[in-house]
Amino acid sequence: MARKRIVILGGGTGGTMTANRLRRRFDSDEAEIHVVDRDDRHLYQPGLLFVPFGLAKPEKLVRSRRAQLRRGIAFHECEVASVSLEQDEVLLADGTKLPYDVLVVASGAVLQPEETDGLVWAENVHTFYELERAVALRDALEHFQGGRLVVDIVDMPIKCPVAPLEFVFLADWWLRERGLRDKSELVLATPLDGCFTKPIASKHLTYLLEQKRIRLEVEFAAGEVDGAGSRLVSYDGREIPFDLLVAIPLHGGAPYVTRSPGLGDALGFVPVDPHTLQSKAKPNVFAFGDASDLPTSKAGSAAHFQGELLVENVIRFLDGSEPESGYDGHVNCFLETGYGKALLIDFNYELEPVPGHYPARIGLPLLRESRLDHLGKLGFQPLYWHALLPGRNIPGIGTTMPLAGKKIPAGAAAGKVGAR
Amino acid sequence: MTMTLIADAPVDVDAEGFLTDPEQWNERIAAEIARQNGIAELTDRHWLVVRFMRERYLATGDAPSIRALGKESGVPVKELYQLFPKGPAKLAAKIGGIPKPKGCI
Repeated sequence: MARKRIVILGGGTGGTMTANRLRRRFDSDEAEIHVVDRDDRHLYQPGLLFVPFGLAKPEKLVRSRRAQLRRGIAFHECEVASVSLEQDEVLLADGTKLPYDVLVVASGAVLQPEETDGLVWAENVHTFYELERAVALRDALEHFQGGRLVVDIVDMPIKCPVAPLEFVFLADWWLRERGLRDKSELVLATPLDGCFTKPIASKHLTYLLEQKRIRLEVEFAAGEVDGAGSRLVSYDGREIPFDLLVAIPLHGGAPYVTRSPGLGDALGFVPVDPHTLQSKAKPNVFAFGDASDLPTSKAGSAAHFQGELLVENVIRFLDGSEPESGYDGHVNCFLETGYGKALLIDFNYELEPVPGHYPARIGLPLLRESRLDHLGKLGFQPLYWHALLPGRNIPGIGTTMPLAGKKIPAGAAAGKVGAR
Repeated sequence: MTMTLIADAPVDVDAEGFLTDPEQWNERIAAEIARQNGIAELTDRHWLVVRFMRERYLATGDAPSIRALGKESGVPVKELYQLFPKGPAKLAAKIGGIPKPKGCI
């Protein structure tokens, strides 16, 4: 076959893993592989949660994007201007044109605080979803003398939907360590009708919130942040006063998606077939991870589970065969609960998180706080740089969700997903 | 799923009162569901949103989220909350005779 051109937009978890896998599968005379990203800073995003509490050093979370890519992959450090689906071509901000046979959109999600009235970062208004902001929040917490700490999810979808929960759990631990817990109130405000979207996990987690005296404010759709007045106001007129607000702003796709006719939806995410990851816009365009509109969590583990199939389907497309329907919505995450413990959840499109063990009968406990899961969470960082990004298979961890080891209660199902 | 009568028409609804078959819907049913949920009269603005939700669902198999609704229907989110108190996407879907929006995970 003639030499093919594969262009991957985004050098994060998904893009890096995919480029490395494809480079191993194709000789250099079979395919050119290009990766585009606006900067050369690859951030280990799961580490952001720990920065405000002084549990992770910011400089340890960032490495060069280029350095994570195998030899023979072209890295372009530039903004994407737009994608022309008609011409099968990417236009970069510096005027470079990158024609492609296959395009992979892996440019993640961006924060859009500007979409919420009054949401401006200030002394009492923070987030931990960006490195610089997480550092600013760490400094604000250093000076916190007790009071009302409110964590607000403005609206879904967000990256790592369990992170706000983990944040309040860690905040409870941190305040107690500092002797400030009795002088503080912790509130988690969410637009959902529970603390998590899936009923069995929601029940387990609500119990933890009660145990840690964290107030849950449900169906709260934040319409305005009044930093000067220290209050959060919902669209239906409810108010939550705060001394320190940690907001999770609205998320959207990368700005170039919206600038590219026909590529994205209203929020800038790329609509794809939920099982093949092929875009609905054109057969030679694929998208996955946070950049896609897949109805599963926006999380690195999801991108990892999708990644293997994505590579197969890119190869199948170039061969002229039909894509395989192999993705089942599998995602899992370690949920830090404070005091050196964590719990693990594992689920897919069909089965909500249930108790048991992962990946088989002997393994990490599911939906139960344990020290082992905490160690698993910490131990994941070296695995991320050295196994996941290079695109090596992790033994025992496959694309689809394992059932062995799960205790499935009667009536457990895809579950009620939070709508309002 | 149970069968019930709304505005004299037999319809299938789920446990929360959402129609499970959009084909069984008509405008009188919409007005009746609106009344039961505290909206005395459906204005042109209400109808614009309800029809947008319904058309989108019939075309794509999924109803838009509140954010997409605010961006695409031409009715800003703030006004959506005034028109359909509490949960605009949920309530407009119920009035429009389509299943409860799946929302996000």
